[in-house]
Amino acid sequence: MLIEINSLGVESLGIVAIISVFMGAVVAIQTAYNIDNPLIPLKMVGFTVRQSVILEFSPTIMSLILAGKVGSRIASEIGTMRVTEQIDALEIMGINPANYLIFPKISAAMIFNPVIIIISMGFGLVGGWLVSQFTTLFTPQDYITGLRGWFEGYTIIYALIKTVVFAFLITSISGFEGYSVKGGAIQVGAASTRAVVWSSIMIILFNLILTQLLLS
Amino acid sequence: MIEARNISKSFGENQVLKNISVSFEKGKTNLVIGQSGSGKTVLIKCLVGLFEVDQGNVLFDGRNFSEMSFNKRKSIRKEIGMLFQGGALFDSLTVEENVMFPLTMYTNQNLEEKRERVNFCLKWVNLENSNKLYPAELSGGMIKRVAIARAISMNPQYLFCDEPNSGLDPHTAGVIDDLIQRLTYEFQMTTVVNTHDMNSVIKIGDTVSFIYKGNLWWEGDKSQILDTDNKELNDFVFDTELTKRLKEK
Repeated sequence: MLIEINSLGVESLGIVAIISVFMGAVVAIQTAYNIDNPLIPLKMVGFTVRQSVILEFSPTIMSLILAGKVGSRIASEIGTMRVTEQIDALEIMGINPANYLIFPKISAAMIFNPVIIIISMGFGLVGGWLVSQFTTLFTPQDYITGLRGWFEGYTIIYALIKTVVFAFLITSISGFEGYSVKGGAIQVGAASTRAVVWSSIMIILFNLILTQLLLS
Repeated sequence: MIEARNISKSFGENQVLKNISVSFEKGKTNLVIGQSGSGKTVLIKCLVGLFEVDQGNVLFDGRNFSEMSFNKRKSIRKEIGMLFQGGALFDSLTVEENVMFPLTMYTNQNLEEKRERVNFCLKWVNLENSNKLYPAELSGGMIKRVAIARAISMNPQYLFCDEPNSGLDPHTAGVIDDLIQRLTYEFQMTTVVNTHDMNSVIKIGDTVSFIYKGNLWWEGDKSQILDTDNKELNDFVFDTELTKRLKEK
């Protein structure tokens, strides 16, 4: 399990941090440029960045990125094990290969992805703050005030529930695609692609369902 | 002894095994030969339970393996060692970890005891001092030998080898054959070897079963195979220019 947490989670932190910082910065700039009514205070930039990052960008967009990175890795790893008879070897030894290979990946992702997403939220908010440091679009004080205003803790819970569901979808779909490979290298590649495509589609679909269920 | 009784196996419309009954004796290297696509790999996979037979039974020393549940099969699978065509070593594990894997899963031995057993198995296959290498660092022959070491680590009663010589040069293939035969005799295992290498047949074939188009076409031993008048078997055995010339002489 720790090995899986490391390979599926910790090794993804770099890309998550980079994307989150830029994502937060872009949302801040776009929001600031679109506030041209003097009646709307600039602290709304901080508020908008926080809500966008927590509600959607970190849990959903990061999960889509993880579906590409982690999903293809899982499908190709297990698919290669299938075509090189390593899964048959496990079965001969009396081990349930699906349980041995896929379950730890599902557990690891469901445990560690929420940590990744919380880190992503932090970096996203820092990205917005960096804009206030290096531009004159809004002041750091405006941004911080907006970040702290009208905060509801439930948004974090909502984001984490989505993250856990998405983590399950990514690992189980990718595990299934890899496990059911028949053939050789071409089929492993195709399974890897299918894993990413289906994981992404299911994430988008469940994003809609969970949002309706949890926020309505 | 391993017995296959009237086993058949189809994939869709294609019937690969047709009512095959064959016995493999203890303490002997039992060879299954046949052309590519004749059904010998499917037969071996049916014997070990990787494929479910459509009809018939597989018995390990009288125990009906085909009718057992997954959990009951587990106890027999602990007695089975299998050498796959490509070795099927776990890429992410070292040689030592690969050989140790079944011991870790099924025994309560401490690390020292497991290391002792691993070193014993690796010594058997002449691969001492390779413990820390990864499969990617091994040659084809070494991979096969590590796979044999892993297959025997649990001291199995039954050893299955699927094309153990494929992709190996004649000398290394001979080394693998010798190894399989020594293991069979010394540990009194029931060994089933799937091959189309005639050198192996002549060298270690205590019993030989010829599969032709999904049927058990001929049974005998290495001393009988060169003198048989079975046309299909002769076509298979004397298919190369070299063996044709030897036959003519």
